[in-house]
Amino acid sequence: MSDEVKKFLYVNRKAPYGSIYALESLEVVLIGAAFEQEVSLAFLDDGVFQLTKGQDTKEIGVKNFSPTYRALGDYDVTKLYVEEESLKERGLGIDDLQYLTYEDEDDDYKEKPSIKVVSRKEMADIMAEQDIILSF
Amino acid sequence: MKFGVLVNEGPYTHQAANSAYHFTKAALENGHEVERVFFYHDGVNVGTRLSVPPQDERNLQKDWTALAKKHNIDLVICIAAAQRRGLLDENEAKRQGKDANNIAEGFRISGLGQLIEMGIKSDRLVIFGD
Repeated sequence: MSDEVKKFLYVNRKAPYGSIYALESLEVVLIGAAFEQEVSLAFLDDGVFQLTKGQDTKEIGVKNFSPTYRALGDYDVTKLYVEEESLKERGLGIDDLQYLTYEDEDDDYKEKPSIKVVSRKEMADIMAEQDIILSF
Repeated sequence: MKFGVLVNEGPYTHQAANSAYHFTKAALENGHEVERVFFYHDGVNVGTRLSVPPQDERNLQKDWTALAKKHNIDLVICIAAAQRRGLLDENEAKRQGKDANNIAEGFRISGLGQLIEMGIKSDRLVIFGD
């Protein structure tokens, strides 16, 4: 494995159900976490629905994989950027999203929120800083 | 420059896998390196040897196989995505108790780690999808 550390951003733009992109994106994130790269996730457009709480997929016969997002903190995936405009355009706010946390090993393992709501402008800046952007 | 290529859509329904082929071919012919081509989502369907398109249409799988042979490039199909969609190599077919396998020559099946590694090792990662 290479010693080089790159900044990976996973961009999630699609709703969690209706297509498999969200689930297969999450699978890449979980596998990728083993490579000790600098990882962030971005949620924009319909991708913001991926993080909503209270998902119930019983009626459509598809696995509800939303609890998996809660495991991201344990994989050291601690930066989840959600675009504010995308939330607002869909009538959503931060309170509609799962409360996801991680333990900050640099701060006495204090529990901190993983989700950060950012503006479209800030999201563009975050994207500009990356080495690798994987868009799903 | 060293490129990594990610193919996220299958053959025929979308142009993406065609475009990825054209890009990869052009990059190689212009003296660039291609670290790997990784097939994910429906892109894994490019690697079945059982597709039989009409004779006057392009056979994308054969094009990729020929390109891989000519330039010795690594074509990797994601195992998790492949298993969902019924693409198996000989070993996987045996392991899963299936009576057939369908991976085309020049392709191999491996894990998502190969995608991350490709990102780390390449100068540029180019994604073809919708």
